[in-house]
Amino acid sequence: MLALKAGFTAIGLLAGTTLPGVAENAPRRVVSMNLCTDQLAMLLADEGQLISVSDLAHDPRSSAMVTEAAAYPVNNGLAEEIYLMQPDLVLAGRYSQLATVDMLRRLDIRVEQFDPATSLDQVTERMTRMGGLLGREDIAADQITRFDQRLASFRDGIAPRPRAALYFANGYTSGDQTLAGDILTAAGLINIAAELGLVSGGVIPLETLAMAEPDTVVTGQPYPGASRSEEILSHPVVGALQAGRPSTSMNAQDWLCGTPYVLRAIGQMAELRRDVQADRERQQARK
Amino acid sequence: MSRLALGLSTLVAVLFVAALVVGPAPLGIWHGLQALIAGGDGPEVLVMREIRLPRALLGLMIGGALGLAGAAMQGYLRNPLADPGLIGVSGSAALGAVLALQTGLAATVALGLPLAALAGALLGVGLVLALAGPRGSSLTLILAGIAISALAAALTSLVLNLSPNPFAANEIVFWMMGSLADRSMTHVAIAAPLILLGSLMLLSLARGLDALTLGEDAAEAMGVNLTRLRLVLIFGTAAVVGAATAVAGAIGFVGLVIPHLLRPLVGARPGRLLWASAFGGAAMLLAADIAVRVILPTRDLKLGVVTALVGAPLFLHLIYRTRQEGL
Repeated sequence: MLALKAGFTAIGLLAGTTLPGVAENAPRRVVSMNLCTDQLAMLLADEGQLISVSDLAHDPRSSAMVTEAAAYPVNNGLAEEIYLMQPDLVLAGRYSQLATVDMLRRLDIRVEQFDPATSLDQVTERMTRMGGLLGREDIAADQITRFDQRLASFRDGIAPRPRAALYFANGYTSGDQTLAGDILTAAGLINIAAELGLVSGGVIPLETLAMAEPDTVVTGQPYPGASRSEEILSHPVVGALQAGRPSTSMNAQDWLCGTPYVLRAIGQMAELRRDVQADRERQQARK
Repeated sequence: MSRLALGLSTLVAVLFVAALVVGPAPLGIWHGLQALIAGGDGPEVLVMREIRLPRALLGLMIGGALGLAGAAMQGYLRNPLADPGLIGVSGSAALGAVLALQTGLAATVALGLPLAALAGALLGVGLVLALAGPRGSSLTLILAGIAISALAAALTSLVLNLSPNPFAANEIVFWMMGSLADRSMTHVAIAAPLILLGSLMLLSLARGLDALTLGEDAAEAMGVNLTRLRLVLIFGTAAVVGAATAVAGAIGFVGLVIPHLLRPLVGARPGRLLWASAFGGAAMLLAADIAVRVILPTRDLKLGVVTALVGAPLFLHLIYRTRQEGL
């Protein structure tokens, strides 16, 4: 975990220097208005190239790069404020703030939209695209190589794979065709959503979760303030499934975006997987 | 009379067992009931004892409480339109519960959640009775109820929208329509004491309500203390509706439909209608909760949807008849 963090700091330092520099025709004033493009841009942009990130980038619950984001002015995704920043490239998500995107395009500002990543393969795709847009192909290629190396290191000799359940507010879960599902798989865990026929995600009723008897339950972290939706995470049934077994709650900021920070999530899940396997061996030894 | 008692209790017992065997987990009926009673260490025991049993118990308790409260209020006001949901008592209770949850009172004080809901319900029932008067006309009663419901609903929505929790605002529909999904034994323990206490208070009113059918003067001449009766009614109703709403949200129309259906069967005596409505309410809510699980097994269809589909047409019918009688 620490080594991983150090690795990212090193990447960050590298991105800060002007080693390969920015191509001649690359954008000079880039504004990002989406949590995930914020992070990709902060990882890849040259110094001074990125001039603003979205307000969510400063939210520690959602953003994996709060410290880095502190150096950038914030925008709230409003067309007016972004226009006044005089950007030559605006980065946005596919499904958010569509009215703002339309208006900026009408004002002849170049807007590039990114789809939310639904698999680990798309992480490197997004990085390549962002590198191209910012004229920083070399930096992107360098980071992708490191990312692939780290990812490969998780993928050796894992058997038998424990069965894990992702369980969020209102009983929602993520299936195999999602980034979260890929994170579980990469960490050597089987996602029980697939056994239950949920591909992209959906609701697992408490009863079904109890009958599925997963080896470990990974819950979302509750927000401050009370809600009935999150009460399900402290239901006695979830408690009974977690009792005496290794389990954990996820750090949402590492799971949300297709950026190299998913490696932290995979690392956390791999640790959980090792705990479950060790626990299983202990129990077999007792018998 | 005793045939009615036998019939109603059999119906409740059948529906209670049915509520225990309906659910998304494919458990055989006997297999499930065996796991419930005999125990063991399989997941079936977890499903039966921690998911289905609390749900069925809450349906029984809350349905009974709402039926009883409706019958008591209708007997006292001598008005068939008095239902805790319609006249804003449930809405005020929901406001109290939401305030307790969002301020953290529910987490820090034992029984803080149902007591706060009780306080809200007390405020609601007190306001309605003050506005409608001791023998309020249907019109003032319903208007007072609409005003209090609207105010309580607006304040509940405001509190949930101001919550730092992003899920809270989506739960306005739960507090307005009610649901028993994913409740646990904890919720049974939270609601049971106040529902039991309030039900005993309301059942003790049987003689007084019977006497009241002869008019207030006659009732006083028969030795009924009207001030005391009024106080017991207010506290009893607030206790059962508060506790019920605190764990299941505001479920309407049970207290309207059930006394109306059962009134001819008890010889229109409000005293007898009390216990009969408790059984009837339990049966109606258990049936409604089975219906929501059969219609949409994996999604949380709100109970208030089903009860309103049954209750609202009857409400319209009652209004029509009230108008004809020129009340």
